[in-house]
This record gives sequence, structure tokens and C-alpha cells, in this order.
Amino acid sequence: MVAIDIDNAAKSYAGKRVLDGVSMRIDKGEFVAILGPSGCGKTTLLRLLAGFEKLDDGSIALGGVEVSNKHFTLPPEKRNVGIVFQNYALWPHMSVGDNVGYALKIAGVGSSERKRKSLDALDAVGMRDLSERAPADLSGGQRQRVALARCLAANPSVMLLDEPLANLDVHLRASMEKEFLGFHKRTGATMLYITHDQSEAMALADRIAVMDKGRLVQFARPHELYREPRDEMVARFIGNGLILPASSIAAASQPGQVMAEVFGTPHRVRAPLSGRAGAQLSVHPNDLALANDDGEGFSATVERVVYRGSHNQVDFHPDAMPELSLTLHAPLDRAVAPGHAISVRIDDGWVIPAAA
Amino acid sequence: MPAFSISAKGLILAGLAAFVAVLSLAPLLRLALTGVAPDGFVDLQRLSDLLLKQRVFTATLNSLYVAVASTVLALIVGVLAAVLTVYTDMRAKTAWVFGFVLPLMIPPQVTALAWVQAFSPTSPVLGLLGLTLPQGARHPLFSSYGIVLLLGLYNAPLVFLTVRAALRRLPANLVEAARAAGAGGWRVFFTVLLPLARAGIFAGAALSFVSAIGNFGIQAMLGIPARFPTLITLIYQQLNSYGPDALADMASLALMLSLITVAGICFSGWLGRRKDARVEGLGGAIQIDLGRWRPPVEAACWVFLATTLVLPLSALVATSLVTGFGQELSLATLTLANYSNALLHHASIREAFLTSLGLTTVAVIVLMVVALFLGYFLSWQRSVEVRLIHMAAELSYALPGIVLGVAMILFFLKPLPVLGFSIYGTVWIILAAYLSNFLALALRPVLGGFAQIDRSLEEASQVAGAGFLQRMRDIIVPLVAPAAFASGIIVFMSALNEIQVSILLVSSSARTIGPMIVFLEEGGSSTLAAAVGCLMIVIVLALMLVASGLSSRLPKGALPWQN
Repeated sequence: MVAIDIDNAAKSYAGKRVLDGVSMRIDKGEFVAILGPSGCGKTTLLRLLAGFEKLDDGSIALGGVEVSNKHFTLPPEKRNVGIVFQNYALWPHMSVGDNVGYALKIAGVGSSERKRKSLDALDAVGMRDLSERAPADLSGGQRQRVALARCLAANPSVMLLDEPLANLDVHLRASMEKEFLGFHKRTGATMLYITHDQSEAMALADRIAVMDKGRLVQFARPHELYREPRDEMVARFIGNGLILPASSIAAASQPGQVMAEVFGTPHRVRAPLSGRAGAQLSVHPNDLALANDDGEGFSATVERVVYRGSHNQVDFHPDAMPELSLTLHAPLDRAVAPGHAISVRIDDGWVIPAAA
Repeated sequence: MPAFSISAKGLILAGLAAFVAVLSLAPLLRLALTGVAPDGFVDLQRLSDLLLKQRVFTATLNSLYVAVASTVLALIVGVLAAVLTVYTDMRAKTAWVFGFVLPLMIPPQVTALAWVQAFSPTSPVLGLLGLTLPQGARHPLFSSYGIVLLLGLYNAPLVFLTVRAALRRLPANLVEAARAAGAGGWRVFFTVLLPLARAGIFAGAALSFVSAIGNFGIQAMLGIPARFPTLITLIYQQLNSYGPDALADMASLALMLSLITVAGICFSGWLGRRKDARVEGLGGAIQIDLGRWRPPVEAACWVFLATTLVLPLSALVATSLVTGFGQELSLATLTLANYSNALLHHASIREAFLTSLGLTTVAVIVLMVVALFLGYFLSWQRSVEVRLIHMAAELSYALPGIVLGVAMILFFLKPLPVLGFSIYGTVWIILAAYLSNFLALALRPVLGGFAQIDRSLEEASQVAGAGFLQRMRDIIVPLVAPAAFASGIIVFMSALNEIQVSILLVSSSARTIGPMIVFLEEGGSSTLAAAVGCLMIVIVLALMLVASGLSSRLPKGALPWQN
């Protein structure tokens, strides 16, 4: 069943398009991340879903009911969505328990049942014992959990999470990521997770919608984004992607594979089964390796070597295109130094489809 | 499925618009219309005849002169005080700042009365200090210099507060960088601090100018006996001599006064903006070590307070404790008769107190509610209509109170539609003027309160299903309440102290306490006037105490007298 159906949504502020014909369908129980750099329109999309902003064009339906189009906007208080705000937005004048139970109070739920349900929600995030506390007395991670419980207690049809980990330190982030996954598994809630951190999105989401300049660029599973980016922006954004120029592309023996010439050397890489192949090859630092003999790869010159513990990060430029700076991971036992001439092999790559 | 029901939010916004339209916009428009075209057409001949009349021309120049000269004085005193308290290692700053800002909370007519009594030939305090003024000579303060001196001292705290806020925002490292570049203390002051604080200094100058030109209490108490007419006293005397017949001329004069006021605001705004001196970073503790100059500087500061605050106020207190002005205060002459007269026996004073308290309380309650809603829209739902409402409110606050008084008379003189009676001459017209005049004042702390809370707190409750009024009650009011309370206190003090708004609106059946002092002094009851003045100061101090008790919960800077 479709929980969220966004059809051709468009929104402008002061003549500037911030959302441009975005369409996506999200199934009930799915965990979807909206990923993009700041200013890509992801926050606008969340505010449209919640009903804080009005659509200029297109429509949004929640659970099969249309809630926004260009003439009509159902106010947020009537949508039954839950939001976990970036700054948590816990009401400082209410206790933790009252925060969690507020939506139930609005809905007219009696006080004993309200109390039970709020304690259940706090239980789900391991905060049952702190229900009498004031939000000001909690740590950052605890506030995050209360915000989650408050969202859960209202039993919303969709949960919208607005960069919920942005205000936490690195260690807390990792443990909260685990919490979110467990929480999603336990509750089965439909979750829409806004973030600009691609590794966070990759770790959490069933599917990721990559947005750029108000457009939805690609909506796919994490491994697809990594292995088969639809355009240069996605290729660069995910997993420190690199772009190499490819030419003389010819079909290889296996379907889905082609022979492409990169810096004068032929390489066997993957390509879209249908559609026209473009002239760009998407690779990641892990896909590049130091070749054992010169015939195996393209020649390049080392710029910088950085020790990374498990490997050396080697920054280099291909001799055929000295202005292009690339990176590969070399085993520690391969001695390389700035200025060395090396030969670089491409183990895996994806020819980005040509723009339609 | 669009809902066509009228939302609570829409109704409230319409109510706010109507509130401001009836109380501020319509009266001021009416004033402008009457001032320029009393008979429905623009009569330039009448205007030029009126404005070039010797008396009017002189009064206009006098108004400009006292406003500009007193602003210069206020700037010198206020900037010095701000620099000393922010940057130097002067001791007992908190107490000194309290004493320095206190005059701002005292009604100007009471201040004027206190000074007049302190420096009269029969002064109750100069004698104690072994000083005398020649008998029979003209009172030294009944002159243009006296007006400039008192207006300047009265407005110095206004300059002080804005400049202090500007100085506190300056990052310490700018001064440290200047020091490291080899600049000494004075050079740092003149080449770094003053230029960076310039926007604050000119903002203070604008406040001081506006306050001075519209200050009825001091201009009337000193200017009328000195036969030194200003626009504001001229308007007052016109109504006194000719009654409402003189309304068209009064409207023209009020318009003139408004134009000067607005021009003053614009001019100082332009001066302050000419160079962009925005700074980044947080203010820090820049400390200038006064060294061996510390004792003399501190002594000078306290002597200043003793002369400008303690001396006049003790004269006021001394006068209020004797039966006749000029009588020496001793155990034999000490009496509380003036106080018992004021509170118990003198019916018109008692009624004026009660009327003022009642009007002020009602105005505070209404304005707190209006300010909460208007603050919500201004902070979170700005639209063209909301901006217009705000501008109208700011205009009625910035224009001299007497201008608003004339506008109110013009607008409310005719019987109200439907009700069929006029509120002119009743307490209701004074209430209307208070609501119009003090809305912008009530709004400021509330806007500060809204700025401190994150919008997402409201959005979270909206997502939880709460409608507008419910969000207001459950989330917004509890969070903004301390700020709203601060605005209540400030409006209460201002409305109780004011004289310039109600001076034209009072009648024998509706009197407020502010003008009472002028009437008593004009009627020769100096000792009674002094007692009333002392009572007003006591009320002000009590209110300040109450508000200070809550200061830990208030937005920073909500209470002007705190360091």
C-alpha cells in the first residue's frame, strides 16, 4: 500500500524554484532517506508533506487521501503526521511524559490511557524511568529519544525525521543510527528521513531519494546508487565517487558490460542495458588499483601519499589529463612517493547513461 | 474537500487590524486631513498664515532648539556613562546604573517639579548646603537653558541604554587588535570604539530627540512660567483658551510637530546608516584600567548623581513634608498632612489616582493580549497586512503624545455611530489613546520573547493536532508569559506616568494623575503637588521591585534599569 504519493510537486519562493516537478511513491513501512546537499529542496519537501507550506503545483496524498494540491492544503494539525525536528523541539515547560502524551491529550484520550500509552512509547526508546524529568535536564541523546517517543505516541501514519542526528556528536550518531534501525524494525512505521550525510542515508534507508537543485535525481536502493548512479551528481555525491572520461565504447562479450577506452587504455566496465551510454565513467577509490606492469593500466603521477592506517591514500593525476585529481587506496607494502610514475588499473566502473 | 469555515486565526488577524485601524490609523489620518484641509480642500493660504504667525514661528524654532540642544547634552552625558560602565573598572556599577536610569522611570513633570523646588530662592535643600539664590530674582530654570538642561538630563539614560547595548556587542578582539597595532587608550576610543558604536549613538540621538520634542511635562512646567513657547505648549494653550473651536489650528500645529519628529528620526537614521559598521563575533570583556584616575572618576560620577537625582528628589520630599512652600523643614514643621490630603481628603486627587490606576490596568490587560497575538503574527506569519499594523502601532508610539491627543479629539468628538454619544470628555477617550499610544511599547518585550523560542516548538504542537488557539494556550503563552509580563509592567509604569497623551483629553469628570501635578502647581499648591509626585515615585519604585524579582525569567534587556 502506498503511504506517501508525491506527484509532480513544485514550489517557488520569491520566484526561485526550490522544488521542480518531484514525484515519488513510498510504500507503507518503508524507510526512505531524502539525501542531498543543502539547498537541494529536501527540507521544503518535508515541510510540504507536513503541511507547513503550500504547493504551487502537483499534489501530495497520504495513505491514499489527497492532502495538498495547488488550491488546497490540509493544515498540519489534521494530517496525522509525526515529525522529529532537528532541534527536537521539546516543550521546555512540560515534563518528558507530558511532551510525549500531548498529541493524545489533543485527541481527547483519557488521562490513565494517555499515561499508559506515553509510558509505552518511552519504553520503546528506553526512557521509561525519565518520564517525570524536564527536557532541560536531559542529554542530547536522551532528548533525541524523547522526540522519537513523542512522535511514536501519536501513532502517525508517517514519521518525518528532519536531520535528527545533525546536532549529535560522532559517537552518539553511530549508536543512534542503530537505534533508528531497531526502532523502525519494531514499529514498522513509514519513515522519511531527511539528511545531507550520504553515509548515514546508506546505513539506514531501504531506498534513497537523491535530490539536487530542486529535482529528484535518482530514487533507488543504496547499492544501486553506489554501483549504477544515474548522473554525474549522484556519482560524485555517493562514496567519494570519481568521474573519468570514457571513449570508444564497444559492446563486450557479456550483456551489461562494455569495453571503454580511458586515457588511451581499454577497460572492461559495466554499462546500462538499455539507453545510450554517455562519455563518463563512474568509479570509486576502491575500484582503482596500482597495476603491476605498465600495459595493464593508464600512466599517472603521484601527487601526495596520506597514511590512513589500513592503507595509503594515494592522490595522483593521470598523465593524459594532469588537471584531473584522482584518489586510490594502495596496500601499505607498495612503496609510492610524490612524483613517482605509476600505472593505474580500473577494476570496476559504471558508464553513466547519457542525459535523455 | 476544501474547508470554507472562517479560521480562528483569520478572525484574530481581522480583529488586530480593526484595533489598529480604529485606534491609530483613522485618528492620525483624520489629523493629517484636518491639519492640511480642514474644510475639505487644501487651503495653503490658511496654512502659511498660521505657520508664519510670529508666535507659531517662534514656537517652532524654540521646539527645534530645545530638542536639538538637549539631544546634544543627552548624547554627551549618555555616551560618557555608557563608556564608563561598560569599559572601565569603576566600582559599584550596578548601583550607579540604577541611579542613573531611575529618572527615566519618574514622570517628567515630577522631575521638573523637583528641580524647580530644589533651585528656587526658597529651596528647602540649598539652604542646608549653605547656598542661597538671590531673593526675588527670576528662577534660573524658568528659561530656555533650564528646559534644555532638564530635557538633556532626562533623556541621557535613553542614549545610555542604546549606546551601552551597542558597545556590549563589540568584540573585544577589535580593541585588542588596535592595542596590538600600537594605539593607546584614547586613540582606541576615538578610532575604533566610537566609529563602531555610531549606529547605536545615532539611534540614541533619535530617541532623545523624539522624547525631548514631545516632552510636555518639562516644557510646560518650565516653559509656561518662562514665557518660552514651544509647539507643544502652544497646542495646549490653544485648547485651554479657545476649546475645540481651535481644533483646525491645533491639527496644523500637531502636524508640524509630527513632521519635525519624523524628520528627526529619518535624519539620525541616515547619519547612523551612512557607513556600514556591522561587526561579527561575540562581545567580550574589554576592561580599561583607570589606574590612579579611578577615585576621581568615581567621585565625579557620584557627585553627578547627587546633583541630578538626590538633590532635586530630596527637595521634593522636603516640600511634601511641610504645610507651605518655602517653610523650613524641621521637627516642628514636619507634617504628613499633604499625604493625607492627597490620599483621603482631596477628592479630585483621589479620583485621579483611581482613574489612572483603573485606566492603566485595563490598558495593560488589553495590550498584553493584543501584543501576544500581534507578536505571534509579526514573528512567525509576517505578511503585508501584519507589517502595516505594526507600522501604524509604531507611528502612534513615536509621535508626541499630544499629537495623538489632538487626533483622538478630532476622531472621537462626534457621537459614535450606532451608540449615539461622544466619548470625548470621558475616560474612554483616554483609554483609547493609551491603547493606541502604548501598543508598540507593549510589543517590544513580547517580540523579544518570541525571538527566544524556536518556531519548531509551535510546529511540533501543530503536528500533534493542536489548533491555533490551543497552541496559543498550551505552548506559546506559557513560553512568552515572562516577556508579556515585563511588557505589562513597562506599559503600566508608562501609562501611570504619562502626561502628554491625556493632557488634552482630561475633563472635570475624567482626570488622570499625570496632569494633576501641573494643575496643582499652576494652582499654587506646591506642597500638595510634591506629595503627589512622591507618591508616584513610590509606586514606580514598587513596580520596579516587582519586575526585578522576576528578572531571571525575563529575556535579557527586558528591564532597562538592570546592568
